[in-house]
Amino acid sequence: MDLTIIIFLLGGLFLGWSLGANDAANVFGTAVGTRMVQFKTAALVCSVFVILGAIISGAGTTETLGKLGAINALPGAFAACVAAGLSVYIMTKFGLPVSTTQAIVGAIVGWNIYTGSSINIKILFTIIATWFLCPIIAALIAMLFFIITKQILRISNWHLLRLDAYTRTALLLVGAFGAYSLGANNIANVMGVFVPISPFTDIHFMNVFSFSSKEQLFLLGGIAIAVGVFTYSKKVMFTVGNDLLKLSPPAAFVVVLAHSIVLFLFASQGISNFLHSINLPAIPLVPVSSSQAVVGAVIGIGILKGGNEVQWDIAGKISIGWFLLPVIAALISFIILFVLQNIFNQTVYF
Amino acid sequence: MFNFKTKSLFGQSKQLEQQIDQFVDILSEVGLVFKSIISMYLNNDNTDKFDEMVKQVSGMESKADKITKDVERALFEESLIPDARSDVLRLLEHMDELIGMYQGNCYHFSIQKPNFPKELHKDLISLSETAVKCVESLCLTTRSFFRDIKSVSDNAHKVTFYEKESDKKFTSFVRKIFDSELHLDQKMHLRYFVEKIDRICDQAEDIADEIQIYAIKRSM
Repeated sequence: MDLTIIIFLLGGLFLGWSLGANDAANVFGTAVGTRMVQFKTAALVCSVFVILGAIISGAGTTETLGKLGAINALPGAFAACVAAGLSVYIMTKFGLPVSTTQAIVGAIVGWNIYTGSSINIKILFTIIATWFLCPIIAALIAMLFFIITKQILRISNWHLLRLDAYTRTALLLVGAFGAYSLGANNIANVMGVFVPISPFTDIHFMNVFSFSSKEQLFLLGGIAIAVGVFTYSKKVMFTVGNDLLKLSPPAAFVVVLAHSIVLFLFASQGISNFLHSINLPAIPLVPVSSSQAVVGAVIGIGILKGGNEVQWDIAGKISIGWFLLPVIAALISFIILFVLQNIFNQTVYF
Repeated sequence: MFNFKTKSLFGQSKQLEQQIDQFVDILSEVGLVFKSIISMYLNNDNTDKFDEMVKQVSGMESKADKITKDVERALFEESLIPDARSDVLRLLEHMDELIGMYQGNCYHFSIQKPNFPKELHKDLISLSETAVKCVESLCLTTRSFFRDIKSVSDNAHKVTFYEKESDKKFTSFVRKIFDSELHLDQKMHLRYFVEKIDRICDQAEDIADEIQIYAIKRSM
């Protein structure tokens, strides 16, 4: 493989690392923040299931992102990824759980503006609409499961220690589901822009098993996410787990469950097809923000408890980050494209 | 490196549940033995049996100490119940102090041999019984904290009720002592014992108050 291709792919890997450091941390943030699951255990489970989710179910959201802006040159894809990765990194430095989805969408829009390509407004609106819907749906699901869990605990009368053991196990299981959903939903952010211009070729093993170029890209992206989880996610985990609202371990379980369901809903081809088959509007397969889902779920529980315990100033700070991020990503993308084209003489679009 | 302890986690939890139950059982049993010791002492029944029972209380206190240490070590080593760990440990320590108070009372009776006149026996037995009932209610409050959190306030209310009863009995008892024809040194000596028994109820009420706060913290 050409060295320049590897260098350009590094842009995607950098973004994958950012996603691992930031968004993937949300899956186990509440569990680790409440010290129910050790960071190392969480990081291992998260990494394995993110990779599985990306390879097995990552195709749907990738297709949607491709429709927003079909970046057709490797340097262009590199610029978009680095821009998104940098903007997420900046926000992560401030301990804010921002969204890689917003960053990559901002970066793709930056590419569209720089190259004068038309933006698919319908897709852009669908994506932006999900940014608003995602935390609301997460909050509603969290409220529902919070009430159910509370009832179960009231009826069951488990010993405090037994409840602790059940909650730990539940947090690990639901965390694995969350990591799988995250991989399925968010791999598009990391590797989506490289799919049309993948440098890999399909691998076939004796007509029994094949490993497509797309899956190879997703595996690579998944590994980058895993590295991000291990190296840089701890701080954000504690922000999500402790600062916004002090959560009890069973409430932490509810948050991760709500988050995972939302991400799965927006990534599952099966659910989308099923809804379509019974004449209901199909759920758009859109990469949504895991950070927004978690924050939505935490606030949902906070509201159910009367709203007094939610640290609204921190919630406000996080929301400002959400508005700023796509703009920053678009700007950085624009600048990098300009530098690549005019200083390094790279073709950023065809 | 990675700690997947799901299977051992359940085993460990079960063992700790049993140990905590055993600890509460000890507190409850010590109370019953204490009650027998008081009546045996007043009736001057059987000195050997009395000494044996005092030893029994001492053995139970040691056992409770060991359980407290074991639970403490397990909770920290396995990082169990991180949100309630300090509350549970403080609760066990304070309940252990209560067992220590029973033991102290028994030893003081055995060593100092206070001379309660016949007409005060009924009052001493009644005060001891109230103290034991108060602690029994505390045992129920503790059990409900671990298993049935919604019953905590009901049981804690009973502790408060018996503590008030004990206060009333203590006041009338001390008044009776000082209104009697006994020498002042004996009056002071008897008051010391009555006060020590009443303090058991005060401690039980303080613990019940703590448990109520822990229960609020534990709610989802």
